Amino acid sequence: MTVATIPAPAFAIETFRLENGLRVVLAPDPGAPVVGVAVVYDVGMRSEPEGRTGFAHLFEHMMFQGSHNVGKAEHMRHVQSAGGSFNGSTHIDYTDYFNLLPANGLELALFLEADRMRGPAITAENLENQVSVVKEEIRVNVLNRPYGGFPWLKLPPVMFDTFPNAHDGYGSFGDLEAATVEDAQAFFDAYYPASNAVLSVAGDFELEAARVLVERHFGDVEARPAPVHPSFEEADLTRERRESYVDERATLPAVAMAWRTPDPVTEMADFLPYVVLGELLTDGDASRLAERLVHRDRTATAVAAHATFMAEPFASRGPTALLIQAFMPPTGDADTVMAGVGEELARVAEGVDEAELGRVKARVAAQLLRSDDSVLGRARRLATAQVFHGDARYATRFTTLLGEVTAESVARAAAAMTPNRRAVIEVVPGGNQ
Amino acid sequence: MSIAVPGLAPEVPLALPTPVERSLPNGLAVILVHRPGVPLAEVRLSIPAAHADIAVADLLAAALFSGTEQSTMTQIAQRLQGVGGSLGSGADPDRIAVSGNCLTGGLPELLDVLGEILTAADYPEGPFSVERSRMIDGLSVAEQQPEFQVSRALDARLWGDHPYGHQQPTAEEVAAVEREAVRALHAARLHPAGARLIIVGDIDPDAAWAAVEKSLTSWEGAGEPRTMEPLPRLAPGPIVLAARPGSVQSAIRLACPAVERTHPDNAAQHLANLVYGGYFTSRLVMNLRESKGYGYSPRSRVDHSPAGSVQLTSVDVATEVTAPAFAEIVAELRGMAENPPDEAELDLARRYALGSVKLATATQAGIANYTSALAAAGLPLSWLAEHSERLRAVTPADIKRVATERLNPDGAVTVILGDGDQITGPLTEIAEIEVR
Repeated sequence: MTVATIPAPAFAIETFRLENGLRVVLAPDPGAPVVGVAVVYDVGMRSEPEGRTGFAHLFEHMMFQGSHNVGKAEHMRHVQSAGGSFNGSTHIDYTDYFNLLPANGLELALFLEADRMRGPAITAENLENQVSVVKEEIRVNVLNRPYGGFPWLKLPPVMFDTFPNAHDGYGSFGDLEAATVEDAQAFFDAYYPASNAVLSVAGDFELEAARVLVERHFGDVEARPAPVHPSFEEADLTRERRESYVDERATLPAVAMAWRTPDPVTEMADFLPYVVLGELLTDGDASRLAERLVHRDRTATAVAAHATFMAEPFASRGPTALLIQAFMPPTGDADTVMAGVGEELARVAEGVDEAELGRVKARVAAQLLRSDDSVLGRARRLATAQVFHGDARYATRFTTLLGEVTAESVARAAAAMTPNRRAVIEVVPGGNQ
Repeated sequence: MSIAVPGLAPEVPLALPTPVERSLPNGLAVILVHRPGVPLAEVRLSIPAAHADIAVADLLAAALFSGTEQSTMTQIAQRLQGVGGSLGSGADPDRIAVSGNCLTGGLPELLDVLGEILTAADYPEGPFSVERSRMIDGLSVAEQQPEFQVSRALDARLWGDHPYGHQQPTAEEVAAVEREAVRALHAARLHPAGARLIIVGDIDPDAAWAAVEKSLTSWEGAGEPRTMEPLPRLAPGPIVLAARPGSVQSAIRLACPAVERTHPDNAAQHLANLVYGGYFTSRLVMNLRESKGYGYSPRSRVDHSPAGSVQLTSVDVATEVTAPAFAEIVAELRGMAENPPDEAELDLARRYALGSVKLATATQAGIANYTSALAAAGLPLSWLAEHSERLRAVTPADIKRVATERLNPDGAVTVILGDGDQITGPLTEIAEIEVR
């Protein structure tokens, strides 16, 4: 089976822009009586102010605390009383808010998203409450578990020098506690205009009826200019950087290494071979590093590689990286693992077999298709394609574009991953044995 | 200016696909569901394995794809990868399960790989010993995870000597398993009789059936069926305190008795659980998260397993608020009978429950998972439509009744995992505790 023979899912995609600048994506599909509604704001952790680490995520929480016509906790109550579910998530380069509802809840979801696009109700009391909730979230996901934040929070400060790229996007407790109502208002004013957002709807609805509803609810959201997105560019590494830390709850040594890649948006053709390379190296037992390190050398117990820090190659900007991480047996040694990785990269650099490349692409295609199984997953992917690639339809082309990646370009990508350009973070198991 | 919240459009009825059910002469039950959408097929295989040794079963699952009499591990992985597919396996006290997915056009190839593995898995010594080492290393990490630690303590406290009381093997138990034990378990228990295969996706059921016949007819073998005995009744007692020195959070787990899906009270129990802690708008979440800020995701759910059902409250909180958070949980639980929901509060939960069924069955993977979970209880997918009708009929009086009977803190079993030095004192002031 080759990628060329994989049928693309057939659903229409309509895009337009409201006068206030809001970009709208509509993708009707009557397959199931549900509808996914996503709003993506083009702001992420990289844009939070110095001294306010974790603020983009804290602000995401504040967007659920009520708005002009919606009281505290009422967003959740309205969505759930319609039989729906909701959430939000903060990423390095964007923040999204999303709802999945039975199809009859479409207008309700549009109303709720429009209402908070006009501004959340930020009070000192709500802020204090959500700072507590976020601290518990960080305790669950980072502080109270082994390998918390490894490697996505631990590698950037090794690889990068500037605050936007290097800081901890979950935030320090000190910075979170220092956040004020004025900070939140300023963040909203700067980054949450309609012109900096994409609304995306996928699922069981009539195109024209949905267009009318979108106009009705979002049409009078105030028009404000979109922020200018600064470049976060930094120079590539020319000498290896390597650090380690003790994780008191870890029992196995672990290592993560990263190399800068071309920009996922502006240099997409040069970036895509890294996406394929990551899969070729670690997806499944037939992959190069699983075969070599886990099964042959037994120097690692698990390996994984992904392009971009949060493994979202189609929803990221530069500067970013290809990451390879390995967990080792208790007596394992990071240098041995890194030497094995280096040898396997050198082998890839010598050339990749077309049959192997075809298998890897088939797997990548299936994984992309699987994220379209849910209309909510589809709505979110269409929205980020609009934000990062300027056209939601790009989301349906990623499989084809990956299919066009050549063996030579994958080999070139591997050849570029030299030790002098590497950032490395090691986890030393702590004394909790 | 205030804008009225728009109402809902007329309700769209639940639309469930009609599964095609067949069986092979060897006893394998097959459920095929045509669900258009993305060109993928979701595959779920469940093989009964009650009373299998859990360490041996876990290793069997981990090494199932390590090689056959004809193929190496790499060759198997390449065949799956070539059709965009993957297969994984896992074991629990009731079954050994295989699940995965692939591009629709690759389904015959994936089933062929599955057939080869079921009939000829060989667990070669080299790959087998790698999987055993990986499992031991993985357990050392898992044993640092609060969720794993508290689940182990809770299972032991709830179910004692019942197989559900020990669901995760220890590193020592895994280290003692030899390849021959895994091969023996495969020969003794991986049989088509009693097993169930579910395929959901953009498939033609007749073509999928032909592929199943071709690849799985030669799967043979039979043995004495082993049944799992029902779970024992909950035995309330002091709070069990499981020590996790230095923990910055406490994991509070509180279990109440629950009835199975086929019980007349199941619909009322479903809604009572939602009102109490089963969704964001519940009393527990509004109190512990949105009012007190004690925890990120306080929650409650009803677990239905083949051997029985249980309602479980799970709350992770900062160490210093462990005792007050526990007191709030107890108060909310008691409040379900003392201050039962009115019609409006109940109706909100009801609408959420009805919608959740639609959301959960809106994807290929969701239909595969639901079909599998219901089939394990002997129920068809269409049970969801009947359950939806029963949800519509539940009254506040029903909630008060099931809450009084079962959502009672005096009948609950509680385990708290946390930093004993910090939480023992405050907890002792409000409850009886037993340190383990």
